[in-house]
Amino acid sequence: MAGYIVRRLLQVIPVLLGTTFLIYFMVFAMPGDPVVGLFGDKTPPPAVVEELRARYNLDKPFIVQYLLFLGNILRGDLGVSFSGQPVADILAQTFPVTLRLAMLSVFFLMVAGISVGLVSGLRKGGIFDASALVVSLMLISVPIFVVGFVAQYVFAIQLGWFRPTVGFGAPWSELVLPALVLATGSFAQIVRLTRSSVIETEGQDFVRTAASKGLSRRRIVPVHILRNSLIPVVTYLAVDFGVLMVGAVITEGIFNVPGVGRTVYQAIIRGENPTVVAFVTIMVLIYLVVNLLIDLFYAVLDPRIRYAK
Amino acid sequence: MKIKRIGVVAIALAAAGALTLSGCTSGDTGATDESGSSTAIITTNGSEPQNPLIPTNTNEVGGGKILDSIFAGLIFYDADGAPVNDMAESIETEDAQHYTIKIKADQTFSNGEPVTANSFVDAWNYGAALDNAQLSSYFFESIEGFSYDVNVPELPGLVVVDDLTFEVTLSQPESDFPLRLGYSAFFPLPESAWEDLEAFGENPIGNGPYMLDGEGAWKHNEKIDLVVNPDYQGPRQPANGGLDIIFYATQDASYADLQGGNVDVVDQIPPSALGTYEDEFGDRSVNQAAAIFQSFTIPARLPHFSGEEGELRRAAISKAINREEITDVIFEGAATATHDFTSPVIDGYSEEIPGSDVLDFDADAAKDLWAQADAIAPWTGTFQIGYNADGGHQAWVDAVANQLKNNLGIEASGNPFPTFAEFRTSVTDRAIQTPFRSGWQADYPALFNFLGPIYGTGAGSNDGDYSNPEFDTLLTEGLAETEIDAANEKFQQAQEILFKDLPAIPLWYRTVNGAWSEQVENVQYGWNSVPLYYQITKSE
Repeated sequence: MAGYIVRRLLQVIPVLLGTTFLIYFMVFAMPGDPVVGLFGDKTPPPAVVEELRARYNLDKPFIVQYLLFLGNILRGDLGVSFSGQPVADILAQTFPVTLRLAMLSVFFLMVAGISVGLVSGLRKGGIFDASALVVSLMLISVPIFVVGFVAQYVFAIQLGWFRPTVGFGAPWSELVLPALVLATGSFAQIVRLTRSSVIETEGQDFVRTAASKGLSRRRIVPVHILRNSLIPVVTYLAVDFGVLMVGAVITEGIFNVPGVGRTVYQAIIRGENPTVVAFVTIMVLIYLVVNLLIDLFYAVLDPRIRYAK
Repeated sequence: MKIKRIGVVAIALAAAGALTLSGCTSGDTGATDESGSSTAIITTNGSEPQNPLIPTNTNEVGGGKILDSIFAGLIFYDADGAPVNDMAESIETEDAQHYTIKIKADQTFSNGEPVTANSFVDAWNYGAALDNAQLSSYFFESIEGFSYDVNVPELPGLVVVDDLTFEVTLSQPESDFPLRLGYSAFFPLPESAWEDLEAFGENPIGNGPYMLDGEGAWKHNEKIDLVVNPDYQGPRQPANGGLDIIFYATQDASYADLQGGNVDVVDQIPPSALGTYEDEFGDRSVNQAAAIFQSFTIPARLPHFSGEEGELRRAAISKAINREEITDVIFEGAATATHDFTSPVIDGYSEEIPGSDVLDFDADAAKDLWAQADAIAPWTGTFQIGYNADGGHQAWVDAVANQLKNNLGIEASGNPFPTFAEFRTSVTDRAIQTPFRSGWQADYPALFNFLGPIYGTGAGSNDGDYSNPEFDTLLTEGLAETEIDAANEKFQQAQEILFKDLPAIPLWYRTVNGAWSEQVENVQYGWNSVPLYYQITKSE
């Protein structure tokens, strides 16, 4: 087990090197001089542009820029944004917010998605199953910004149940609405994945064995069916957690959540290489760690899975 | 069974949300008079400053809004854009080239330091020096000794006479120099700023009507909290207790907060609400012209656009565009058709400048002019307008292209660049080979600011490389006048030349679209589209 974890952690190093290089290159290759963009519609004096380019190392060849960046990272210096704010500070402010948003969203997904999927699977072909199918189909076909704006208008502006936007510090309670909106994007997948997995598991020998042993339905459903149906769902949730962290741009925009999606979007527009790469690096790390945790969690769900050394 | 439980959870969470909401808005309920409480905090929309809050390095609206509130310059602009002395006792000149500036006595920064002649001179010198690469360095261009080639740490054109007096010498007469002095680049800095300017930019100390609500009042990406600066003695006395500027990522978010009662005053309405906000907010809304001029530039270097042929084609294009239709349909009134090269909110603006009828829509005349040009040299190719696709320009560019197509019978289309930086780089490098959208937001309310920097020969933002000696002469003459009316007359004559040459095709002035909540009163938007926050009163 320990050996397995160490090997998995060692894999992180080449992945990180590769992704930072790729991201750095992609932002570098974006056409247009970010310094010129700082001046709006006004044309900057060339001397001032040169001075600023030198300050942000933009005047150096790509590989030198990247190595300087990498060297700084190894020394724990993530650089500064154009606004003079250390990137590390921006990370520290925005990541917890998006992390909370994503966690809340995954929580809603798990509670709502898995329960609806389970009931649908158990009562396959019934009215509940049919309506769940229709609702999830609707949610998946409506773009998330429509869901976001409608939810904001109805629940926040008209009914006044929530604040229309997320206020200072992004407290949990104010993240509820954006998290629900964010969850709608994956709700349908979770429902359907759970449903088909439940149906498949229900037909398995061990379930029939359990039933013929005389175990009650109350025990069979959670312990035998649900637990064994969860492996694909949990895998999906893990992948989705990463997607939620990255894909929150739209939701964060609508609800003015001061999180990662919003910050990265603006940094990309401004061509702020250090900010973009630092954020993506952290995202990759989170992705890798979550995936590792999920792999380990499999053993809990299915005792047949054992990790060799 | 499960479903019900989920329902309960959802309701409980919703209730929790509602509780927090009411907890947030009940706030302080001190004074209960009708006219408004002088301690109530006004909330408004803003955006995260793109740079540390150093006056000479802030050239965008988000940071500018904050700086204007926490600093006081020599002058400020009232609701009509007219200059009013703030820190200045007097600004005097006899030849429009040598200025003597006296500062009011006993003015202080919010840390108690006195505001002296050095507070201004040191800040200006810093802003002008090449090595400091300040984004607004070009504001000091006209002061004697300024250079973009070598670093000049102290401008010879700035001389401190005594604690409260300094003299400014320009390298040539410029009558509108005093009008510039209300812009943030000219704000003073306290002595303590020089110890660590970076740290200062994070927690700036100013001399304006408001000050930061303690260390760390700038909560990055979220908001900045300002409170009244008790030491400020200038004319912009706040009628409220402070200002919370909330940073919004989108206009939609600030509008939703306005509808939901979480923000008091906004100066931006999202495109989705432009058609409805005036009905919704009635007399609590505004739609007035702003000091933003929009056009598209046709560089003279493009084939078919120089000499007599070019003149005819430019006039034809201008006459082929129905500006009213586009401002009504595409902008839903968030823009108004141009009548000159400046803006209606600027002193000296006129709709009667000879030659301005070239802006009137006339499809037949346009066709005729185009045919005359074809007689000189036949037209080939497609007329394209370059723009950045990330700035919401596509709709009007397409509309203009369509009108040119229909009214001139030529191929016309937009030429999108994915990002603003890419577009601007292409423009400044002169790599762009098509006409391109151009715009100018005035730095200070003066006619010259719309003309000199954009169309003067070799001027900083003359992206179309326009050059006309007659035009230059009129600008120079205008700048040498010491009477503002005489100067404006020259600037209007200069515009007559522009109407003939049309280096850029004027399109429309943008408007400021804003609205406010029932709780606030006395909301007025300044010449630069930003509300005059210090006047706003709030009932609680």
